[in-house]
Amino acid sequence: MGTSFDTGTNTIRRTERDLGTAIAPAVRPRPETTTRYQRLADEDRGTGGESLADFLGFFSIGLGLSQALMPGLLARVVGIDHADERNRTVMRLMGMREISHGLALLSNQQPEKAAWSRVAGDALDLAMLGGVLANPENKRGRTLFATANVLAVTALDVMCAKQLSKQPDTVAHKYADRGIIHTRRAITIARPVNEVYSFWRNFENLPRFMRHLESVTVLGDRRSHWKARSPVGKSVEWDAEITEDRANELIGWRSLAGADVFNAGTVSFDAAPGGRGTEVRVDLQYDPPFGKLGSKVAMLVREEPGQQVQDDLRHLKQVMETGEIVVSDATKQRGPHPAKPDAEPVTL
Amino acid sequence: MKATCWMGPKKMEVTNVPDPRILSDGDCIVRVTSTAICGSDLHLYNAFMPGLEPGDILGHEFMGEVVEVGRNVKNIAVGDRVVVPFPIACGHCGACTAGLFSLCENSNPNAWMAEKLMGQSPAGIFGYTHLLGGFAGGQAEYARVPFADVGPLKVPEELSDDQVLFLSDILPTGYMGAEMCGIKPGDTVAVWGCGPVGQFAIASAYLLGAERVIGIDRFRYRLDMARQSAGAITINYEEVDSVPDVLKDLTAGRGPDHCIDAAGMEGHSHGLFYMHDRVKQMMRMQPDRPIALREAILSCANGGTVSVIGVYGGLIDKFPMNAVMNRSLTIRTGQCHVHRYMKPLLQRIRKGEIDPTFVITHRLRLEDAARGYSMFNNKEDNCEKVILSA
Repeated sequence: MGTSFDTGTNTIRRTERDLGTAIAPAVRPRPETTTRYQRLADEDRGTGGESLADFLGFFSIGLGLSQALMPGLLARVVGIDHADERNRTVMRLMGMREISHGLALLSNQQPEKAAWSRVAGDALDLAMLGGVLANPENKRGRTLFATANVLAVTALDVMCAKQLSKQPDTVAHKYADRGIIHTRRAITIARPVNEVYSFWRNFENLPRFMRHLESVTVLGDRRSHWKARSPVGKSVEWDAEITEDRANELIGWRSLAGADVFNAGTVSFDAAPGGRGTEVRVDLQYDPPFGKLGSKVAMLVREEPGQQVQDDLRHLKQVMETGEIVVSDATKQRGPHPAKPDAEPVTL
Repeated sequence: MKATCWMGPKKMEVTNVPDPRILSDGDCIVRVTSTAICGSDLHLYNAFMPGLEPGDILGHEFMGEVVEVGRNVKNIAVGDRVVVPFPIACGHCGACTAGLFSLCENSNPNAWMAEKLMGQSPAGIFGYTHLLGGFAGGQAEYARVPFADVGPLKVPEELSDDQVLFLSDILPTGYMGAEMCGIKPGDTVAVWGCGPVGQFAIASAYLLGAERVIGIDRFRYRLDMARQSAGAITINYEEVDSVPDVLKDLTAGRGPDHCIDAAGMEGHSHGLFYMHDRVKQMMRMQPDRPIALREAILSCANGGTVSVIGVYGGLIDKFPMNAVMNRSLTIRTGQCHVHRYMKPLLQRIRKGEIDPTFVITHRLRLEDAARGYSMFNNKEDNCEKVILSA
């Protein structure tokens, strides 16, 4: 039976190639602009499961620790009410398993496998709870409540694993599997491109706005020596070379062999639209001292690399626009502090 | 020096703290001669704003004498008498260049905290939580003022502190609330809240050409002030069944053309919605009780403006978006871009077009700030505006 809506040969099939244009040529954006920004948008793709994975990772570790440290209490929570040393040992083992799932998820190397391993762990938990239910000595109500909770977490785990399995083909993911952190941050500075580029290109200016940098010594045309403080307070040093230098456009660098911390990156400078100044984009890869896991812990005390880069860029903006790094009485401290004027000198 | 510190909910203490010092070459130090307690300080006093710590010095309405300037300061000098705007602005960034001083992109050193909660950060504000910079406030003997070339306004000797102090916040805030309405001849404006900002919003609406202005509050003394000093028609919301119905009656069914929310996050009302909001706020599930805002939206004429100058601290619910969308309402809001209004409003004061002193009801010494807070918060002794002098 044919209707006018039939999907037959008469239907217009639009492919990517013949989508056609809807906008008059006069108002169409220049392709070179849209291509560049579409590429940025594509690179920002994740799997959409990252924040859930972080949550489940910390949850795993928390639950695992309580199982390992307080097996008796946890046994009572799931309804096991008779004293039996074997139950506690099993509970402790399950706790260790939970912790390993958590560490694997947070370490972010092949996180989708870690997430599926949690699903398998949930299945094991459910099977064991089934066993508990079968024993008439136990408290059924508590066990059923625990089972309902495990089922809820299982649903989250499956959701997370499915999300993470949709690995997009981006630089960030290629690096992630090798344990290297890749982060991108950007800021708009109300100064002309050549001014911002020149300020950055003089590497000895960098410690003025990068909090963790102690000094940069320029050794030659392309080589320089860098000294920084790691989040744990240890001093790290490395030699770096410029891999690319396009005036008023882009600077690329990488650390040389023997560096304490491998790092490489680019910083690009684009004229911001409408005379808004310069768009500065930093693209940074580095191998953190304690791997991805270390950086997740650092994240808890706001030393997460993306946040660090963002803070540094904000300070660059302040230096370029106002000539100073803005401080309040509270910023002299690490983290929040009552805004009482303080006798200590400012160090940033 | 002596300073007014927040030590916990409803606990203010005037204690001795170290004197502020110049921290950047663009700073100045002001010896505070007059300062005031703002209605928005009460949100801090009652601990409804996130990011406040015991020991924080409050106060964002202050003026005084410049006693020290940083090396790069050019526009003001030691000995100048200045009023300090409450938002801190660098004067150079995109927002400042566009005249949006309360959105300065550089003045909040804790921008990351604000970004986590609000997406982007507004400007830093004196004595107004760590979320907005952790700057020490001006209810003290001395205050450090960053970007001294941009903010502080020199004021002529012939004008008293009382006449110019409110240029720091509440007069420009009330004025901006009215200005955002885009008032046309014949327009009716309704103002929720007849605190000092509401009073100035009423007066400013008349300055900007409103035909009728209606003030809404529950305290008789505030309504009397709005009627007698600012020329408003007043409604006591505790004495009427429904404010929107009264407004409909007064405007022959149209509703006010513009509605100004000068009440903010701690609104009061009667009825179920109010109880629900109150309980949620007490359980820390919702920092705001957006009662005035909801009522303003529901009352506003089709195609009209809702101008929000009352302060909000978090997420709100039961927001009548259906009314906003289907009835083509415009919502305009923001912390006041004080720098933009100081000079023109100083001119209006000099020309006698407005005398801001009418809101002052109490004068206390800085040492008695704690009493000022509780009096203002509890609306004791018909308290409208407290001035503290050092």
